[in-house]
Amino acid sequence: MHTFEFVRPADTVKAVAAAGQAKTAQQGADIRFLAGGTTLIDLMKLNVETPSQLLDINRLPLDKIEATADGGLKIGATARNSDLAHHPTVQRDYAVLSQAILAGASVQLRNMATTAGNLLQRTRCVYFRDTAMPCNKREPGSGCPAITGANRTLAILGTSEHCIATNPSDMCVAMAALEATIHIVGPKGTRAVPIADFHLLPGNTPQRETVLEPGDLITHVTLPPPVAGSKQLYLKLRDRASYEFALASAAVVVTVAGGKITRARVAMGGVGTKPWRSTEAEAALVGQAANTANYRKAAEVALRDAKPQSQNKYKIELAKRCLTHAFTTAVTG
Amino acid sequence: MSTTPEVPMSPIGKDTPRVDGPLKVTGVARYTSDYNFPGQLYAVPVEATIANGRLTKLDTAAAEKMPGVRAIFHRENIGKIFRSTLGPGFAGITDERRPPFEDDVIRYYGQYIALAVADTFEAAKAAADAVRASYQKEKPNVDTELKADDEPQVVATTFAQANRLQSKRGDAEGAFATAPVKLDQTYVTPTTTHNPIELHATTAIWDGGNLTIYDSTQGVVNFRGVLAQMFGLPKENVRIISRFLGSGFGGKLFPWTHCSLSAAAARQLNKPVKLVISRKMMFQTVGHRPRTQQRMRLGATPDGKLVSLQHDYVNHQGMLDGYHEDCGEATAFHYSVPNLRVAFGRAKRNVGSPTSMRGPGAVPGLYATESAMNEFAAQLKIDPVKFRIINEPKIDESLGLPFSSRHLLECFEVGGEKFGWSKRTPEVGSMKRDGLTLGWGMASCAWIAARFDVEANLQLRDDGTARVACATQDIGTGTYTILAQLASQKTGVPLNRVEVALGDTTLPDGPISGGSMVTASLIPAVFSAADSAIASLLSVATSAPGSPFNNRTPDQLGFENGRVFLKTEGPTKGVPFGDLLQRANLRLVTGVGKSESSFANPTPKFSTHSFGCHFVEVTWQPEIARLRVSRVVTVIDAGRILNPLAGRNQIEGAVVMGIGMGLFEHTTYDPQNGAPINSSLADYVMAVHADAPKIDVHFLDYPDKEINELGARGIGEIGLAGMAAAITDAVYHATGVRVREIPVKIEDLLT
Repeated sequence: MHTFEFVRPADTVKAVAAAGQAKTAQQGADIRFLAGGTTLIDLMKLNVETPSQLLDINRLPLDKIEATADGGLKIGATARNSDLAHHPTVQRDYAVLSQAILAGASVQLRNMATTAGNLLQRTRCVYFRDTAMPCNKREPGSGCPAITGANRTLAILGTSEHCIATNPSDMCVAMAALEATIHIVGPKGTRAVPIADFHLLPGNTPQRETVLEPGDLITHVTLPPPVAGSKQLYLKLRDRASYEFALASAAVVVTVAGGKITRARVAMGGVGTKPWRSTEAEAALVGQAANTANYRKAAEVALRDAKPQSQNKYKIELAKRCLTHAFTTAVTG
Repeated sequence: MSTTPEVPMSPIGKDTPRVDGPLKVTGVARYTSDYNFPGQLYAVPVEATIANGRLTKLDTAAAEKMPGVRAIFHRENIGKIFRSTLGPGFAGITDERRPPFEDDVIRYYGQYIALAVADTFEAAKAAADAVRASYQKEKPNVDTELKADDEPQVVATTFAQANRLQSKRGDAEGAFATAPVKLDQTYVTPTTTHNPIELHATTAIWDGGNLTIYDSTQGVVNFRGVLAQMFGLPKENVRIISRFLGSGFGGKLFPWTHCSLSAAAARQLNKPVKLVISRKMMFQTVGHRPRTQQRMRLGATPDGKLVSLQHDYVNHQGMLDGYHEDCGEATAFHYSVPNLRVAFGRAKRNVGSPTSMRGPGAVPGLYATESAMNEFAAQLKIDPVKFRIINEPKIDESLGLPFSSRHLLECFEVGGEKFGWSKRTPEVGSMKRDGLTLGWGMASCAWIAARFDVEANLQLRDDGTARVACATQDIGTGTYTILAQLASQKTGVPLNRVEVALGDTTLPDGPISGGSMVTASLIPAVFSAADSAIASLLSVATSAPGSPFNNRTPDQLGFENGRVFLKTEGPTKGVPFGDLLQRANLRLVTGVGKSESSFANPTPKFSTHSFGCHFVEVTWQPEIARLRVSRVVTVIDAGRILNPLAGRNQIEGAVVMGIGMGLFEHTTYDPQNGAPINSSLADYVMAVHADAPKIDVHFLDYPDKEINELGARGIGEIGLAGMAAAITDAVYHATGVRVREIPVKIEDLLT
């Protein structure tokens, strides 16, 4: 770990001004916001992140969870994952989000981890986390040993020849299915970004993981009003029963009327380089009879472009079963 | 002082909570890294980032200039560190004999190439990270396909078998060739890594020519023998202390290279030096269970009588040290078969030296033999329990000796009954419950029962307390409690008034905490020490001023439940021993006890082992490829159980570890760089609480008086043996997939 300066900005404006001095956007930047620290501090101990300055935002008033005027929900950037998962409104109206958060990490980690921190959670690719290894995400141009090495847990969707790192978040998958919006304040003002556009594919710049610019601070996330009559489910598959990142997961929000699917939202975790919304699978479901055969067809569509690596071909079938079963369980209980 | 009434009791065989439990749950118990000393410095090793090649340049300039840094040690400035040799018994064992920095050759990834020492851990870590190394790099060999290296028939190993043809009777090949029914399959176990919660830690302190080391070791006496040699000291100048361990699983049996590095740095700087290794280093420099590849060839008659059994296995080893994973340990005696051959080979790889891991040899070995037995039973269309009953031996056919105490058939009977085995339908996928497919599997297990050399002493004190002392360790299994129970049993002093001293080489030489042999080894020595203390006490009783026994002779006196009495009057009229000591103005009387290793007997009359079996249920949901172990019944025949509470805890822990072995655990070496690539607790998947099913443990509790007077064998390791084979058989029963390379992965079952 390198020495760093610890600063506690008095308000959001000062926080943004201080962070605006950073040379790059948040992840990997020389000036970093510190929220729960469950990812960042670990990476600092590993010398993967080496900020010279930490801006502690834990005491800024960004931790509220409250209803919005349009009947949706506003979730503060520093609301703890545990508080969010156990919030009565979330449990009632956005169950998939509560389930996803509780499927991740451990109680202790969830008690510290925050909404914004989870949105910026970094990959668990072993090469990224070891500075003795090449990694295009950590050191652009150094190469990707994962493609020729240990890739059993890595991505099959959205990969590039430079990076196949999986986005590890469970929360983001549920937020993708709920069509959350990320609210940002930065040196140039405020803006709102749909979660589908927030994370970037690795392409030629795997070091760039989100649309955040230097100085940008996530202030909150909003969820649209709950969809009346929708059924929701988060299903996470992994080797052991708890405390492991997803090998494949699915968040589904589905509405059925008269035996037919009238609306569907589908997102997958553990398989993509970003939280993987499949609008193609959604389109394939709408208007179809709510049955296992049609869920499986949609799963085939969702995984149509999957590109497996040497050790993770199994994820294609696993993800299909995960999606199919998530729909079956959500609809029939 | 406690106000608990001193009710005489015999604590042997009763559920006894840990006597050290309150110390642990209140944080009073200090583990190695909890000790701090005035002027103490912190050391962090620098590790090679190649697995094969040569260190050509070490740039320490930047690191040396960093704040708080005292020294960057490497081959040029660490000072002399000698090699050690294997002595008699357990006094010179180490699995990596080469002293750190001895040459510039890199033989495995993570090998220490330098050591940063600083005023704080943080400064030492930053300095270690700032050291730059250059290498002449060769391609590492971490191939997973294991073919035996060309080695002579008799080879050097640490302490296991040296003869590569381990056991032979009859004509195994001929009988296999003509056997009516045959099985020829190869089973693979992966490299697995010890992951006790407590990391390895060493703090070394020099005082002139005396060296004191606090270490998280499972063997203080052996450790002293090795370190004394490495620093050219008489052993009496070296003291090793290991009061509490956050477990070890065999990984802490013998000293590793960080231990001598810490001592060498402390010598060079004349300050105490603390070195706690990282979790990543746990995967690199302090041993592992090696990968094994085991070919099993079994021949039988159509009605299931084995006629031939061949077990040929290979384990990987490091480039320098001859580690043998004794997979054939149980093969030669476990079943009745007239023609048998067990042979091993080894394959050198660019990996750190392997070492003992819970049930070394027998655990991977029994995975292969029990898997073969299960697979063969299915092929023969015979129930796997019945198949074992058909081949139950009357004697140990490898030694031609009777078993001291073998009740394996009763284990099957009791376990089968508790599990409901008779309801099993053998067809794949034929059993269902609550929408889940069930798989039922079973396997048997065995583990050696023996004793090490032990010395112990026991004191009776004037305040009515007792103290028992032995330089063994408690690795979390309950040795403090067992020692207190043994002392209490013989002296009548209640458990809470028995002081237990262990984990310190200033105490009488005790055994390593290995081989599940500590309890069995301690009994004769502690009992003999107690007898000797009681004899001294009776002598005192006849001479102490005002003693009611003044005109008696010791042989007229008895001792029971803490009281001395006239044999003619019986124990109800006795005098508490504390009163007699006070009258004599004696603080204490001490008895010394000693017992010999059972390995020292050149002509044993019995074959001594523990036995047992597991019945395992898995649930299978093909729609999401989810497999879970849902129920386990384990029956263990390990002699008399001295503390069933701690005993069940050992078996339950082993069963959970067995779930990890069967379904999760594997260390993968990256062929690109030779690194154990999943070297963290997130990437090395072990069973967690949510994976632990309902576990029903039952002990048969037949005393084995050939081992010691209480009839206790050992229980630390046997619970892991056989578990993986029972799981993979249950997996087959549920899914129809026969996995012969553990762990069973989701991708194996998705086909």
